Amino acid sequence: MSEMWTAKLRNKWQKNLPIEKLLPDDQPAYVASWIYVFGVLTLSAIVMIIFSGVILAFEGPAWYHTSDTGKFVNSLHFWSVQLFFIFMVIHLWGKFWMAAWRGKRFATWATGAVAFIASIATAFTGYLVQTNFDSQWISFEAKDGFNSVGVGAWFSVTNLGQMLLLHVAFLPIILGAITVVHVLMVRKRGVVPPIDAEPSTLSEVK
Amino acid sequence: MTGWFADFMNHPATYLKSGWLQISVTNLFVILLMLTIFTLAVVIPFPKDKDGHNK
Repeated sequence: MSEMWTAKLRNKWQKNLPIEKLLPDDQPAYVASWIYVFGVLTLSAIVMIIFSGVILAFEGPAWYHTSDTGKFVNSLHFWSVQLFFIFMVIHLWGKFWMAAWRGKRFATWATGAVAFIASIATAFTGYLVQTNFDSQWISFEAKDGFNSVGVGAWFSVTNLGQMLLLHVAFLPIILGAITVVHVLMVRKRGVVPPIDAEPSTLSEVK
Repeated sequence: MTGWFADFMNHPATYLKSGWLQISVTNLFVILLMLTIFTLAVVIPFPKDKDGHNK
């Protein structure tokens, strides 16, 4: 066997996450429940957020505050975030009550929790860069909170340039990377079964 | 923005207060909406095709 790091990485990947697991066409019978839908709904919402966010980044506030199309895309971005959080919270509740960290799935659970925190940071900076009176109000309320815990010098919520760069560059990369790892962990370990799942339902079905 | 939705949105939030607890009507609505969707997702059966297989 080759000692190249590429070969080692390939072998490790193929052992842990073969293509059949990465792109399955079968799922266990217990996945046929609406509560299992909210993970992929959250992913769908984040796709819409990124899609509308890229358009907003290219066109800029002078466009999305004035033109009808710009206002529509701005609203699409905003309401996709609202749906993203609703779906993610229901996904979190579902996974919490079925103790989704069971079966060596702690990393799946932990990456989901970190993604939730990163989402809050991303949404918060998003509220701060709306460039309207709402964002002005939120930033001036929030600065007192951040200053009171001593981080205002590094994370200055009234600094539009810093908040904008965090919102459109740094945080989406972090959140995107965590989300990819989270989904890969789901594919590696499989979707968690309900606590009282009958062994007969754990088989794969079309 | 015009119409009833503009009238609904263009005023300060209404807050409910009970002792230490304070919450806006909007936030309470969103929490109740999520709880409702969660409950429905648990109790509503997932659709099956005519052969009884899961869709």
